[in-house]
Amino acid sequence: MRVPIIEMTGIGKSFPGVIANEDITFKVYGGEIHALLGENGAGKSTLMSILAGLYRPDAGIIKVKGQMVQFHSPRHALASGVGMIYQHLRLVDNLTVAENIALGVSGQGFFLNRIEIEAASQKLSDQFGLDVNPRAKVSQLSLGEQQRVEILKMLYRGCDILILDEPTTVLTPRETRELFKVLRLMTQQGKAIILITHKLNEVKTIADSITVLRRGRVVGSASNQDLTEQDLTRMMVARAISPEKINRQRRQLGNPVLELKNLGVIGDQGHWAIQNASLTIGRGEIVAIAGVAGNGQRELIEAIAGLRPVKSGQITLAGEDISALDVRARLRRGINMVPENRLGMGLVPNLSIMENGILRNYHNKDFYHGIFFDYKRMRDYVNKLVEKYNVQLADINHPVNYLSGGNLQKLLLAREISQAPQVLLASYPVRGLDIASAEAVFTILQEEREKGTAILLVLEDLEDVFRLADRIAVMFNGQINAVLDVQNTDLEQIGSLMLGMSGEKVNGAENQVN
Amino acid sequence: MVLRIRLIKREQESAVARITVPVLSVISALLFGWLFLFIYGAEAGETYLKMYHGALGTSYAFSETLVKAIPLMLAGLAVSLAFRMKLWNIGAEGQLYMGAFAASGIALGWGNQPAWILITVMLLAGFIAGGLWGLITGVLRARWGVNETITTLLLNYVAILWVDSLVYGPWRDPQSLGFPLTPRFSMNAYLPTLGDSRVHIGLLIALLIAIIFYYLLNYTRWGYEMKVIGESHLAARYAGINVPRNIMLVMLISGGIAGIAGMIEVTGITHRLQSGISPGYGYTAIIVAWLGRLNPFAIIVVAFLMGALLVGGFAAQSSGIPFSIVLILQGSILFFLLAGEIFLKYRLKLSRRAAE
Repeated sequence: MRVPIIEMTGIGKSFPGVIANEDITFKVYGGEIHALLGENGAGKSTLMSILAGLYRPDAGIIKVKGQMVQFHSPRHALASGVGMIYQHLRLVDNLTVAENIALGVSGQGFFLNRIEIEAASQKLSDQFGLDVNPRAKVSQLSLGEQQRVEILKMLYRGCDILILDEPTTVLTPRETRELFKVLRLMTQQGKAIILITHKLNEVKTIADSITVLRRGRVVGSASNQDLTEQDLTRMMVARAISPEKINRQRRQLGNPVLELKNLGVIGDQGHWAIQNASLTIGRGEIVAIAGVAGNGQRELIEAIAGLRPVKSGQITLAGEDISALDVRARLRRGINMVPENRLGMGLVPNLSIMENGILRNYHNKDFYHGIFFDYKRMRDYVNKLVEKYNVQLADINHPVNYLSGGNLQKLLLAREISQAPQVLLASYPVRGLDIASAEAVFTILQEEREKGTAILLVLEDLEDVFRLADRIAVMFNGQINAVLDVQNTDLEQIGSLMLGMSGEKVNGAENQVN
Repeated sequence: MVLRIRLIKREQESAVARITVPVLSVISALLFGWLFLFIYGAEAGETYLKMYHGALGTSYAFSETLVKAIPLMLAGLAVSLAFRMKLWNIGAEGQLYMGAFAASGIALGWGNQPAWILITVMLLAGFIAGGLWGLITGVLRARWGVNETITTLLLNYVAILWVDSLVYGPWRDPQSLGFPLTPRFSMNAYLPTLGDSRVHIGLLIALLIAIIFYYLLNYTRWGYEMKVIGESHLAARYAGINVPRNIMLVMLISGGIAGIAGMIEVTGITHRLQSGISPGYGYTAIIVAWLGRLNPFAIIVVAFLMGALLVGGFAAQSSGIPFSIVLILQGSILFFLLAGEIFLKYRLKLSRRAAE
């Protein structure tokens, strides 16, 4: 039997409050492309960061080329031939390709032997079909080319096992095909490639073997031809959900409160993050967005809250067009939001709990005495808030980042809800929370629905989606693929829609607007 | 066995360290300076005494220290406002010069107006000129994200050279024997002094601004908005705060107060515009604001101590110590104070550990 080039056994890793990896066994052989598949937060990146020496595992054994290893640093891992290329490329823009390659390579003299490095880079570039000019400045290269520079960097350092973290997210379809060609050439010369991804179609195209992670555990591992896309979908998202956990309440659909009509929004990179999205949410209804992270959920929520301009289409609240209103005006009309970025956007880390408690209504006249703050009333208000929603804290004057994750989220929710919203938007409201806190958050959301608020949730766990939602909107590639009644659908259908399987396969990069 | 020294982050800033660190820093600086004085062959203890005496020992020395401290107070307050929002305004020097320029223009052109009108208008002119000078940077930063550190710094040179071009050129006093000075202002443009010292009511203006700042920052809606913006632009936008408008407003006010520092210097001390009216007050103000940890009252105190350092330096100089040694002393005090800052946030941990 062949010896695996990488063998990880019983790997465990936890961060405060989160178990990222649990008892993971993972094997990769030389000369293969191994896809590590899973949703966001499944533990793929953690596992690979352990392999690349960035994290140390709490438990488990790692063998590289049959040798037991314990990496102290990425440099140490690289010495054993393991290299990782991160999603965010780490190149120095103002230097040339060759200079970037030379950076941090040990065993050089004080002066750079430019000619030697350039020659060696050129040779490697030709050998693996990378097509990179070592003399070019990095700032002049496209993202695809920069990625190939990273690969070249790793090859120059003698890397045999190359890990790529979601390499295709920044690439155009054409660049993706080129990258895959390079990867194939590398495996033909005996290198092993590990591809972290959540894109099913790519995995089917390129991978030799596939390992699927979910919630920090291995769900299955097999060679590509033994698995169908349906199998993979099921492994990634589906899990037996007990029928009583599904929201079976027949609710009378209230009057429409929030309406999105053919909404178009531009993302941070200048491409269409959302295109032609339409959705209606009624009084006392929870609509949950299901979708793999990065398919436009964040931009959708921000556009509704007023944090991101509406490029085309319309948002109406109870019939009024609010597309052009700013955040404050929308707040006044009752659009409240619990952002995905809790500490940094939703809450200000170094300000006190009290100051954070009034972040969204600090301009309320009740908090002032003339032009000066009335700290007593402010304190009373926030005290009532934390009491009512059972936020555990030592002192309201402490910085908010003293609070635990669950209490932070309760404070955030409490603040938004106590402003009596018409529409409540919440992104990943239970991410990273322990079970008790998550339950508390669910209860708060359900109570809010009873009060008649129209609620739009972005959730990552489909179990939660089925439990809370009245209707499910599936997002893929910036579009709302389908809006389904929770009673008339099932996990498999939602799972396939989330992966864009019945929708058209458009790559987001093709819709670049410049 | 190897002795390892590590820095451990403190859970909370220690209250004891807040006193002991500055005291130890100053002592270290004096010891460090002693080294240089020793090599030079001067008596260190005597020099230090002379500096103390020259800065604080007599009522005249005390008033001279105050005179130097006033522009530092104003400029320090000015930059502290911008620093609160993490806007690195290092252009107080240029804003000060522009304020001095505008105030001088008023004084030279309308010197026969009644004193109270003249001084009020000069104050406003100083504020507006410095403010607009800061606003240039504010607009560039708010609209196009241009780095404010660079623009404020470069505008300093423009302002200083602009004043030079005036005092060497059209505004030069014909009777100045070629010195780069404007004619003396009319008495109506003299800032009233306190008693018969050179200390002028600029001190009261600085104190008033410190008090206003204290309430503004801690008790008003705008202070709250600045705090949020300084911590996170994302959170500020989420709270519905207009970030670009606040950046422009803060640069306007910050520049304006630095402009007042310039106005006060020409109307209170020199009574004319001249080349080099500021020996770097605008730059020292950055250190003042920082050492005062952006607290308005602490800035007043630190500015006073910096003034003492400056005046004490002159005293040492007059007793035969070269000014370069005085500068070494000043520099090392600042160096140790700033370097000591780290011990407020971190503590040392010594551990013994076998060599690997």
